[in-house]
Amino acid sequence: MRNRVIICEASEIITNGLAEIIDSMAQYDVVARLDTPEHLSEKITSSDANLVIIDPLLLGFHNKDFLLQLGKEHPNLIVIALVTSCLDHAMLNPYNGFIEINDTRSRIISKMNEFAQCDTTKKADDVELSKREIDVLVAVAKGMMNKEIADMMNISIHTVISHRKNITRKTGIKSVSGLTVYALLNNLIDEKELL
Amino acid sequence: MAKKKDLLFKEAKLAELIAGDRRLLQLLPRLGIGLGFGDRSVEEVCRMNNVSADLFLILCEIYTNNDYKPDSNELKRIDMSGLLPYLKASHQYYLEERFPHLEEHLQRIIKACGPKYGPMLSNFYDEYKREVMRHIKYYEEEVVFPYIEALLKGQRNESYRIDEFEHNHTNIQDVLDDMMNILLKYLPGDILPKERVEISLDIMELSDDLHRHSVIEDHLLIPYVESLENALP
Repeated sequence: MRNRVIICEASEIITNGLAEIIDSMAQYDVVARLDTPEHLSEKITSSDANLVIIDPLLLGFHNKDFLLQLGKEHPNLIVIALVTSCLDHAMLNPYNGFIEINDTRSRIISKMNEFAQCDTTKKADDVELSKREIDVLVAVAKGMMNKEIADMMNISIHTVISHRKNITRKTGIKSVSGLTVYALLNNLIDEKELL
Repeated sequence: MAKKKDLLFKEAKLAELIAGDRRLLQLLPRLGIGLGFGDRSVEEVCRMNNVSADLFLILCEIYTNNDYKPDSNELKRIDMSGLLPYLKASHQYYLEERFPHLEEHLQRIIKACGPKYGPMLSNFYDEYKREVMRHIKYYEEEVVFPYIEALLKGQRNESYRIDEFEHNHTNIQDVLDDMMNILLKYLPGDILPKERVEISLDIMELSDDLHRHSVIEDHLLIPYVESLENALP
């Protein structure tokens, strides 16, 4: 399948430069260039695009809500951040990937090929922990090992690890001690249970 | 935004390099480069302070360019004798300035949290601090660095080799990022918000600094020590 790309970026120089690189790739066509995200959703529909490259700064602080809405309207859409300045990488979490302004042509091409295969089910909207994930989180916070959690919940270690990955992706917290604090703050666990 | 990379050469003015990326300012005290360098070039300032300009520029690359990986052949030609003192000065800066500073802010937040959240935040930080001390102080400062110093004197301690090096900074950095997430996203919003914004900015800076520090250890220190090991009979 050919990929149909929309570039949404305020700078014409950057837009045209990026469009030139993408158009040079066999499986990609730039179908629209926008300088604001205002009519992005309509444009995706009318041009049947499957991939959007957008400068996160254009979305400002509405970043997450906007992407959430976009993901609902276009469930199979891949959204790539175009990073043109110093940004906290946490801001890039809701995106499927990112291109940086000083990436070389070959790097952009290899990234684009990766993006096209990325899993669009990982969307910004599933930030809530599931019941199972909460059970795993509580067990981790209590200091249980993966093996013990697997035995207790009657699931494989592999499943425990995949739950833990999702917990980290959703909460942004990687360490066991951090997850313990998270569990306490959200009243998922009582301090007394930790002793 | 000027392309910082183009500024990184010996003839460039040091002041311009720093204007291009303020993080480079952190390198100066660690290398013993004093302020008041006027409009002198990188090469001149380095010569005046007895610092290898090549080493200085590689450190600048690591701080400004996320994808930079030093070329191993290039490293062989460079005088790396300033690297160990640089790393020691960085450790001193983390242990004696950054972490105490962080702790001071954090103690106020812990106090303001009261009995409900205070103790767990305090435990979280204590555990983190133990890990930092274990890695930086009791491992790197007391095992790795003395080993390298002995190598420099031509002595080999058979009980250790640099290929055993623990790449443990990722963990230190992860917990630091967790701390920031807890402060920004999960603690109740009314507890010292100003202080939390301030400390979060500091954490972001420190986390980035620690990341560069581990790149320096992995990509400069390890090849350097390997070459010292190989040079001994």
